[in-house]
Amino acid sequence: MTVFHYPQNDINTDLLFPGKYTYTCSTGPEIKEHLLEDLDPAFAGAVQPGDIVVAGENFGCGSSREQPSLGLKYVGVKAVIAKSFARIFYRSAINQGLLLVQSPEAVNYFTEGDEVEVDPAVGKVHVGDRVFGFPPLPDEMLDILKDGGLLDHIKKEYIIGDEA
Amino acid sequence: MGETFAVKVLSRAAGKKIREGEIVFVEPDYILTHDNSSAIIGKFESTVPEGKVRYPGRLAIVLDHVTPAASSKHAAGHMKIREFVREQGITNFFDIGTGICHQVMPEMGLVMPGSIVVGSDSHTCTYGAFNCFATGIDRTEAAGIWITGRTWFKVPETMNIELTGSFDAGISAKDLILTIIGDVGAGGANYMAVEFNGPAVGGLRISDRMTIANMGIEMGAKIAAFPANIMTSKYFMALDIKIEKAVWSDHDAEYARSLEYDLSDIVPVIACPHQVDNVVPIEEMTGTKIDQVFLGTCTNGRAEDLKSAADILRGEKVHPNVRMIVAPASRKEYLKAIKMGVMQDLIESGAVILPPGCGPCLGAHQGVLAPGEKCLSTANRNFKGRMGEKEAEIYLSSPETAAASAIAGEIKDPREVLR
Ligand code: SF4
Repeated sequence: MTVFHYPQNDINTDLLFPGKYTYTCSTGPEIKEHLLEDLDPAFAGAVQPGDIVVAGENFGCGSSREQPSLGLKYVGVKAVIAKSFARIFYRSAINQGLLLVQSPEAVNYFTEGDEVEVDPAVGKVHVGDRVFGFPPLPDEMLDILKDGGLLDHIKKEYIIGDEA
Repeated sequence: MGETFAVKVLSRAAGKKIREGEIVFVEPDYILTHDNSSAIIGKFESTVPEGKVRYPGRLAIVLDHVTPAASSKHAAGHMKIREFVREQGITNFFDIGTGICHQVMPEMGLVMPGSIVVGSDSHTCTYGAFNCFATGIDRTEAAGIWITGRTWFKVPETMNIELTGSFDAGISAKDLILTIIGDVGAGGANYMAVEFNGPAVGGLRISDRMTIANMGIEMGAKIAAFPANIMTSKYFMALDIKIEKAVWSDHDAEYARSLEYDLSDIVPVIACPHQVDNVVPIEEMTGTKIDQVFLGTCTNGRAEDLKSAADILRGEKVHPNVRMIVAPASRKEYLKAIKMGVMQDLIESGAVILPPGCGPCLGAHQGVLAPGEKCLSTANRNFKGRMGEKEAEIYLSSPETAAASAIAGEIKDPREVLR
């Protein structure tokens, strides 16, 4: 497991996925090529399923484009842990089934080389030798996350539900 | 204790009394999507093959971002959207040249006071100018609402911004909202509703309100809203629409935070690369050489904005080292500007006119920058790479500052030109 640490605040959607590609790249593989291109060009080649991203305040601010959350989910990022998230990105992550952990304490405690583990079921994040709690998601959102994202949730709940 | 605008609108839509922090499910009145509709169609079709949109009359699709198509890939996306529009019987479809979605939505009467509108674009918050609860969502959620007709909101806390006084010459709504964002910070209103109140609100034109509400997202806001007043009624009257659902906060509403701004204290400001909240008074930047000036976008592409610039450019020439690019916000605004003689002034001064649409705002075409170039833009974002090149720099300003700087070839205080 690798932790990608981007300590700066206000990492925006253009840094996570440049706007010039928004209408030509929309699938996981297309997005991966440019994911975090202007923030950390090495990220896309290095990231492995189960890896974690640690960031500062207002992560994901800017555009409503979903390539950042969809891309991070696609490459298998297990969770993004940040001091805070921008609203649309937060919503989008739930829609994509990407786990976000808001814990300024965990981010402040983190130092390079620390092991990080997240347990969403109990709302705990382990950083090195410390454990931090984080506010659990409301049930409605947890259901979406559990189903792997909004559209899978709709497939399950809504469409099947309608026929039943 | 009184209620805020956000609480009132969401209560009505949810059909029950609600409180801040609660999650409510509502059916939005309209769902806006643009060029990204082609990707949304893909998601829609893979979730409900052969499915029908739940409420086709509530969809609004505007082609504006990369129009006319810059490549065959973009063209194929547009084609897919036109086919879907026909198949699903979507009547609120506006093809290329109609204008930027956030200008077209109000023009078509789709952002009524007191209504709820979502859009798969972060600047959907612009419609707060019309007393509409409007906010951005991602593509996946748009596909979900096409299918189910509904979505959820966490009822937001509210930040109140009280406005008094009036602007000095050469200073406008853009300087105000940039100043506020500089003070509050890029995440300062995160998850919050922002309300604009106070005696100065009545004096702001619709175009000013749109400029201000448009940039609510740049401080993280969920919505940025104004009360409906005579100006709002007049706007809808001209469209032959009667306002019925306008709503506003009570006088004793409780706010999470309150700020006050006297418009007569506002000075021209610049948002420097690469963050919108990196705002400084113009004196700190005057003399910065620029390669391109971009006048347009959903923030400052209306006839009033073009006129403010033309009043400064009339009889003058754009500096030989500067390319000045102008993109009117919509066909209607373009025609208005033509009738006012504004387009002639701009063209004579050396500006290049693009068709109504987003133009170079998102860096896909029509004025992409070269590495190392500097652009002064009236847009809402100056993020690294935004105009297609990460080694370029974007500075944000008002139309007045953009015009004065285009003539000077460097960032210049418009008050010096107006003196
Ligand atoms: S003009 Fe720019 S900010 Fe406005 S909708 Fe178009 S791309 Fe977005």
